[in-house]
Amino acid sequence: MIEEFARSFYIALKDLREYYMKPGSISWGILFPFVFALAFMAKRGGLTEWLAPGMIALALFFGSTSMSAMSIVFERRMGSFERLLLFPVTYVCIALGKSLSSFLLGVISVVPVFLLSLAVLRVPPAHPLLLVVAAVLAAFASSTFGVLLSFLVKEPEQVMVVFNLVRFPMMFLSDIIIPVSSMPHYLIPVVLVQPLTYLTETVRYAYTGTYDILPPTLSFTISLILGIAFLLLASDTIRRSKP
Amino acid sequence: MTECGGCAVSVEGLTKIYDGTLAVDHISFCVRRGEIFGFLGPNGAGKTTTVRMLVGLTRITSGSARICGYDVVRDYKRARALFGVVPDVSNLYFELTCYQNLLFSAKMYGVPGSIARRRVEDVLKFFGLWEIRNRKFKALSKGLKRRLAIAAALVHDPKVLFLDEPTSGLDVMSRRMLWSKLRELNKSGVTIFLTTHNVYEAFHISSRIAVINKGRITAIGSPGELSRKFSVQEVIEAGFHPRNPSEEEILGNVKGVLEVRVRGDHLEIIASDPTVALEDLARYARLRGLSISMLRLRGADAEELFLKIIGEAE
Repeated sequence: MIEEFARSFYIALKDLREYYMKPGSISWGILFPFVFALAFMAKRGGLTEWLAPGMIALALFFGSTSMSAMSIVFERRMGSFERLLLFPVTYVCIALGKSLSSFLLGVISVVPVFLLSLAVLRVPPAHPLLLVVAAVLAAFASSTFGVLLSFLVKEPEQVMVVFNLVRFPMMFLSDIIIPVSSMPHYLIPVVLVQPLTYLTETVRYAYTGTYDILPPTLSFTISLILGIAFLLLASDTIRRSKP
Repeated sequence: MTECGGCAVSVEGLTKIYDGTLAVDHISFCVRRGEIFGFLGPNGAGKTTTVRMLVGLTRITSGSARICGYDVVRDYKRARALFGVVPDVSNLYFELTCYQNLLFSAKMYGVPGSIARRRVEDVLKFFGLWEIRNRKFKALSKGLKRRLAIAAALVHDPKVLFLDEPTSGLDVMSRRMLWSKLRELNKSGVTIFLTTHNVYEAFHISSRIAVINKGRITAIGSPGELSRKFSVQEVIEAGFHPRNPSEEEILGNVKGVLEVRVRGDHLEIIASDPTVALEDLARYARLRGLSISMLRLRGADAEELFLKIIGEAE
């Protein structure tokens, strides 16, 4: 178990060396969430106590999905993904390794947005430790989701098109920008079946001490379940990717 | 088990069906420990599919395969720890240096830290790559990439090394250097499974060869055994001065000649009894006032033997 985790960590380190400077990782993983948060700050109404946790969740989501997108699609195209399948490790180990590098990029990308939120709001998080847990859960679930999504894309040049086709609707159909409670009723089922809603709720509660529609026990539990489920689905997708 | 006695690779009824098409058809064979096993066949014969099933990159439809006694599906982690794979494309990581690529492989195989670093150094030195260890993979020439890919498959000291078209696209010097290194590795105890469509390569370095065609093993044995079994005729190579006689002249006047081919400045003559044909050829040359500028009897080359094996199977 520990050995498998260590090997996942080696995969993550390798990916960070290989892909952290790729334009897709930098632009969509780090710059986009920060610029988005800056844009809200500059806008009338500014970065409110409602929007700040949303922006943090957004940074975690985009940061944690961007690197796996680059690494998996590029490696599958170049044939180097098969190297991982030749090592004496489980598919879960490979999926976890790929998720871990994205997870780390997600954690890096949230720092500037978090500092911006602190600087603008001048209010410390309501539950700092819980915010760390929420960030870890959100980055974990987002990164495993990203690994799963990567297998839908064949060509590197299509990566960001496909990813953004999925990520942008998710962004607007969660409570990152607009409270779910104020959305039309017919949208609620859509909001509830997509994972970003739960991840945002965990961050919101930890940051502000309030929540929109889901009590913290539920949002934290569902986020954890989603992360594990995506990881298992991703490892099964890797297994099934063999002809 | 890890001593890998008897069959280093054993295959029983291995079959692969892709979308209703039979790619590999119930093949069985054993690669003995310590041999260089050439797996030869034309394009699309099922070579790469077979190797991909053996190393776990392609799912097996039916049958089984074992590496040093470990089933490649049920006991895949133990089996994979015992072999290294060099795919037909050098697919290491572009942004990592030679050293980082090999160290990553060693760690993924579970080689402990200090041993991994020593092993990486040894393997890099063995392949003459130590001086360029800090160069990124993407900056290497094709030949160097190939050497590094083989080195990466050896960092965990495997018992069996699978190579898929290892010298494809390499120049003569790089090819010979690789062959020499493979022989050295084999002498040190590594069983080598060499997949190739290069007939010369297979016959040049393999101790035994299996020929696969249309998903089936059509022949298996040492190069000598295959030559005897398929009794390919010897070839007379002859050149004359001031001119070579025409094909028709030779066919009509020299005893037992079956076929004549023009090859550059000389002729290749296939005869039912080459010794008789040689004597008669000398007589014919004297009769016509021609001097013999070149005359030799050679065995069939590997390509002719290969075509005969494939031809008989069809």
